[in-house]
Amino acid sequence: MKPVTNVIICGTGGQGILLASEVLCAAALHAGYDVKKSEVHGMAQRGGSVSSHVRFGEKIYSPLVEKGCADLILSMEKMESLRWSPYLAPRGRLFACDLEIMPMTVNTGHAEYPDVDSIIEKEGLPVTLVPAIDIAGELGNLRVVNVVLIGAVSSHLPIDEAYWKKAIEERVPPKALDVNLKAFQKGRELFGK
Amino acid sequence: MRKKLNTIEEGTILLSGNEAVARGAWEYGVHFASAYPGTPSTEILETIAEEYDEIDAQWAPNEKVGLEVVAGASFAGARVLSAMKHVGLNVAADPLFTLSYIGATGGIVIVSADDPGMHSSQNEQDNRLMGKAAKVVVLEPSDSQEAKDMVGEALKISEDFDTPVLLRLTTRICHSKSMVRVGPRTEVPVKGYVGDIKKRVPIPSHARAMHSRVEKRLEDLSAWGSECSLNRIEPGDTSLGIITSGISYQYVKEVSPEASVLKIGMPNPLPWNLIEKFISMVDRVVFVEENDPYLEENIKARFLINADGQNIIPIEGELNPEIVRKSVHPGTTKEITFSEIQLPARPPALCAGCPHRGAFYCLSKLGGSSTGDIGCYTLGLMPPHNALETTVCMGASIGVLAGIEKAVGREGMGKLVAAIGESTFVHSGITGLIDMVYNGNTGTVMIMDNSLTAMTGGQENPTTGKNLRGEPAPVLDLEKLVAACGVEHIRVVDPHDLPEMEKVFKEEMAREEISVIITRRPCIMAYRPIRKSAAVLDPDKCISCKLCMKLGCPAISWDGEKPVISEHHCWPDCNMCVQVCPVDAISKDMGGLT
Repeated sequence: MKPVTNVIICGTGGQGILLASEVLCAAALHAGYDVKKSEVHGMAQRGGSVSSHVRFGEKIYSPLVEKGCADLILSMEKMESLRWSPYLAPRGRLFACDLEIMPMTVNTGHAEYPDVDSIIEKEGLPVTLVPAIDIAGELGNLRVVNVVLIGAVSSHLPIDEAYWKKAIEERVPPKALDVNLKAFQKGRELFGK
Repeated sequence: MRKKLNTIEEGTILLSGNEAVARGAWEYGVHFASAYPGTPSTEILETIAEEYDEIDAQWAPNEKVGLEVVAGASFAGARVLSAMKHVGLNVAADPLFTLSYIGATGGIVIVSADDPGMHSSQNEQDNRLMGKAAKVVVLEPSDSQEAKDMVGEALKISEDFDTPVLLRLTTRICHSKSMVRVGPRTEVPVKGYVGDIKKRVPIPSHARAMHSRVEKRLEDLSAWGSECSLNRIEPGDTSLGIITSGISYQYVKEVSPEASVLKIGMPNPLPWNLIEKFISMVDRVVFVEENDPYLEENIKARFLINADGQNIIPIEGELNPEIVRKSVHPGTTKEITFSEIQLPARPPALCAGCPHRGAFYCLSKLGGSSTGDIGCYTLGLMPPHNALETTVCMGASIGVLAGIEKAVGREGMGKLVAAIGESTFVHSGITGLIDMVYNGNTGTVMIMDNSLTAMTGGQENPTTGKNLRGEPAPVLDLEKLVAACGVEHIRVVDPHDLPEMEKVFKEEMAREEISVIITRRPCIMAYRPIRKSAAVLDPDKCISCKLCMKLGCPAISWDGEKPVISEHHCWPDCNMCVQVCPVDAISKDMGGLT
């Protein structure tokens, strides 16, 4: 078994990145791993770039993932997935929500939003784009976008399905549990191994 | 339903460093805690208030008062904790340096959350140096378990050695989560207040004796530090000996698992005997520490050794495993498969619906700008507003404006106003305003009252009508306070009412007397609007003039030809884009509100 699994969850402030990393940590804990996670709060909450590093395994020291070591990157926003590409391990995978959120630098005309698809192709990045907004829309609840994404990556991490579900159950109010579990299942079905 | 943490008396749970400090305060019998919010320390008091009813916890108007009230509670024999960000300790330095002489009756833990890398701060000061200057004990944890345990150690040291103890955290400790073994609360009785003027009134004749006690205390603690478990040698390969503390310890274990390690958990006073032993054990010494070369300079000065440290480890910025690997084991860095891609920066921005936007939009439109302060409104410096030009520290906007006028006169000051939030004004802006009145300044101070300490995540303060626990509290009346300072011209304006906001700016900037503009509208985090509605663009009417883009609203983007308003991001109670559109191309159902 691989001693340590390294994950980075990224996106922009207000997208629920911290919640997604909480679910991942809880699932990893249920699976019996030592877990550490790290993120920075504060100013970035106001729409800036946000990231959360999660590491789990037998024994974890550093809470930060090293460049070139991330087994999996999950991005809640399309362009932000590219920001973290140097962190990918040689056989790492990157999953990104196909949602584009314009940074203020683009709105004010100081920068242009890049053509992410052609960069992915040019760099040969192992990116899987997940239409999580559409999937959540079909389920009738745009609040479950994150859970669709968690479902999409769930089978690519060494954590059993039951632990993921338990982690979601613990964090979701009872009346929203059904739609959240459906969202998880849908993401897992469509993008699972 | 999630159980409150004070119902969990055993087991292992995942906690952030801040949550672990709160847990430690509870387990080790802290009675009273006070703080002013400041990233990365804020969640310590929030967690105490939410999870641990047994501790009386409150927000202070600033860190100095926060430390003074816990000092008083300690004098009365209570176990106490005060938390602040690193620069908050500058504000609390006055009580700290003398409290060091006075000592502790009930244990005193002062948490300083430093911010290497300046994720959310204006400087990178290393408060191990402040602790040394104040001659107090400094403890430094390397994960959440140690953060919890060290609260207990700190309280014990504080009472046994009669000293305040500084618990130095860093952002990466505060905001990283790791496993913590928890236990029940131990109740420690409050000893009661007994007057003791020789101990607590540092008139020179008393203070001289106090200082002698402080020096003796540091010697005793250094000897004790070589025996206690806070500092430890982890023997390994003796060809490399690494001296480290805090989060750097975790990076060392990650990249140099074979090396011998001296882990310093108590950076002041340093455990000289243990350090000497370690140095004699290993062939080569390397210091791995974040921020200033504190351990390195002190240990080199004492033992005159050759060792690597700041010559290979950067003083600036935050460390991480890559930097430590590259510095200590050059040539072993991980292979990077995908190189960095140049992307547009994504800096933080004022939220859609933020009241500050109206004020900065109008100020910018009039060609004005501001001396700024610490809060969300510091973002007024960003395009498209470009309406903030200085920031020094909490409260400085007012003093800086006053000083500019003193140097270059009213003409030279141009269209500058001071921009300060209500919480920052109460923290340390009031004295600046008194100075302006007292010394005959004529500038305009804008108090941006959004009824919340917002940048740190939304905390109550003396103007909001609620305390830390969300209970009703008396409301500080800003208008009366400002009037009491001697300001005659006070204007209160809704910053979303752009014509009025602009008019008030014009009038007050023209007035050759001191004035205060209070922009009053609650932060969007302070309430939930009852209606859902978004602004709608009529593309046929739109003339692509881009005036709406000058608002810098994150809900409005530009598709190359026309603005696009995001229904999802548009804030229901805001219609500033409707107000700025010159051709009525934007409309919004405000449900009778304005």
